[in-house]
Amino acid sequence: MSTSYPFGFLDEYAKKEIRRSTLKAVAIPGYQVPYSSREMPMGRGFGTGGLQLTLALIGKNETLKVIDQGSDDSVNAVNLRHFIEMTCEGINTTTKTEDADIVQSRHRIPEKPLREDQLLVLQVPYPDPLIVVEPSEDKRKMLHGEADYSRLLVKLYEDIVTFDEITISHRYPTRINDHYVIDPSPIPRWDVPKINQSKALILFGAGREKKIYAVPPHTKAEPLAFDDVPFRTEEFFDDHGQRRACRRCCCTSSYLDEFVDSTTGQKVYQCSDTDWCEQQMIQSIEIQKAGVA
Amino acid sequence: MGYVAIKGGGQAIEGTKQVFEYLRTRENESTLPLDTSTIENQLRLLHSRVISEGGVYDPRLASLAIKQAQGDTLEAAFALRAYRSTKPRLLETPVLDTADMRITRRISSAFKDIPGGQMLGATTDYHLRLMRMDMLDESPEHFRAMTKDWFKKINIDDIPDTFPKVLAGLRAEGLLPKINEADRSQQPFDITREPLIFPLPRSAALATMTRAEQGSLLAIAYSNMRGYGDVHPTVAELRVGFLPVLLPHPITGELTEIGEVEMTECEVIAMYEDENGDEKPTFTLGYGACFGHNEVKAISMAILDRALQRGMKHGPANPSEDPEFVLLHVDGIDSMGFCTHYKMPHYVTFQSDMDRLRTTQQKKDKKESVE
Repeated sequence: MSTSYPFGFLDEYAKKEIRRSTLKAVAIPGYQVPYSSREMPMGRGFGTGGLQLTLALIGKNETLKVIDQGSDDSVNAVNLRHFIEMTCEGINTTTKTEDADIVQSRHRIPEKPLREDQLLVLQVPYPDPLIVVEPSEDKRKMLHGEADYSRLLVKLYEDIVTFDEITISHRYPTRINDHYVIDPSPIPRWDVPKINQSKALILFGAGREKKIYAVPPHTKAEPLAFDDVPFRTEEFFDDHGQRRACRRCCCTSSYLDEFVDSTTGQKVYQCSDTDWCEQQMIQSIEIQKAGVA
Repeated sequence: MGYVAIKGGGQAIEGTKQVFEYLRTRENESTLPLDTSTIENQLRLLHSRVISEGGVYDPRLASLAIKQAQGDTLEAAFALRAYRSTKPRLLETPVLDTADMRITRRISSAFKDIPGGQMLGATTDYHLRLMRMDMLDESPEHFRAMTKDWFKKINIDDIPDTFPKVLAGLRAEGLLPKINEADRSQQPFDITREPLIFPLPRSAALATMTRAEQGSLLAIAYSNMRGYGDVHPTVAELRVGFLPVLLPHPITGELTEIGEVEMTECEVIAMYEDENGDEKPTFTLGYGACFGHNEVKAISMAILDRALQRGMKHGPANPSEDPEFVLLHVDGIDSMGFCTHYKMPHYVTFQSDMDRLRTTQQKKDKKESVE
């Protein structure tokens, strides 16, 4: 039996449907476009929505970067990249953000700002920010149509009353183009401002929940907040109020992963975006060299 | 250090593939690899389950899927589904009449005597669930003797090819709702080509349930049977057999048999309700059907079909009557995928969770020290 699959794995009808749904998503910023979503050979929840977008959009000679948790070498990123390489003959892959035409990512937006000619595909487990306040999809659809996000705002308010803080850590509800509120996928709050007026088109694919949505380039994206309680991103300060730095590249302006060094037992911090970390190190070496010379 | 930024993801994946294969092949040197027809025959009901949940009728590939998944039904059905994603939909069959099924088993719990008679066929219903120690040591000779013996005893001419449907008799008596011709002319909803947007037509609900994971369907149907619902079904007919698949001949256009699919079909009758307006009340119906021999699945589906019809009409009074609750939670490929995804790294989001908790804790500390 033949093991050869069509370019992009999916049959042509499926790709056409995804492209059409994507066009609709771009035309109505933040609106969740339902699509039929085929089963992919990896688990629902492992990025099948993002994968379907990438497979339907990538063409020969284009360059792809796949990251998970900011890393190109995390098992899931490796797995997705292998599969796309296997089924899309003639494409290139890279780990460098600036060389990629398409970046498919789970949980992070690259630290390096994307350009107009680049495309960011985010993998989405829960496409609907209203799910925390309304379990029925039918009812949520009506709330979105009427731009009725009062229950979400009440949830934020209740957080402040109970904890003196908005407790939403990631998947921070964000209003797009003054209408639809989206779940920006489980990116940290750190990455949410990158969506606002992004030069690159950002596409969101939820395979299991069968939805595609988009934030077109140069579009307003506003995290929900109150006038007197502004939106805040994650803080990385030590006990003395100093911004922590990455232990590899010494960057003090990137999202950090915290872990325990197994030899010293000390808590250490490192850039979550591995390409960013790499580029910072190369730069600092070059600066050093220049200094020596 | 097992840290994500350190290279090694690719190697780790290669390693896990190898150890997974090793466990399959390690038994001993004399062991024969399972062949696909052995799986189809000796693990017949496992095979049925996978072909039904996979939603593509290819018995050989279903066996292969079981083999490569090392017997995990969810994984095996998953492989079939993913294979299906690569195939375009080229043709549609007309609606096929299950009265034409070549029956291997059919029973009714509504009547003792049904037209054509009850035919028990192959079932474990009346097996004593005792350990059959004799099966610990079987030989190919024993297999051959069994089949030879069975053919000697049976008179194939005694068994009719098809049987009339039990429901046809009840319908003729006016005990069942009339067939709605408007419904009949409607194109069935194709869940593989269209997204589910609620409210859904009944055909979309049926199509979703026919590929659903058996245990999930059973659990929700059981909640209805136990009391979170009120269907109280009577199995009018449960039939298992091979349904001829017809397609128009490419030249003459005449309907031609292109093969057959093994199916299980269940029709349940539930009590009448006061909802027919001026017309006489009739019993209500629930329908279940799926690929392969899966009786628990077909019965669960029929009960849920009946429960969902009620929920669609009057609004859900319990979970089994809620189309969103039932239909969005019974797919095995979806649910197992999402369940297993929690094993993936969530470092970034957890970092963000910790940031929130620490900030909240600090605020609480400050407040307490002020007080």
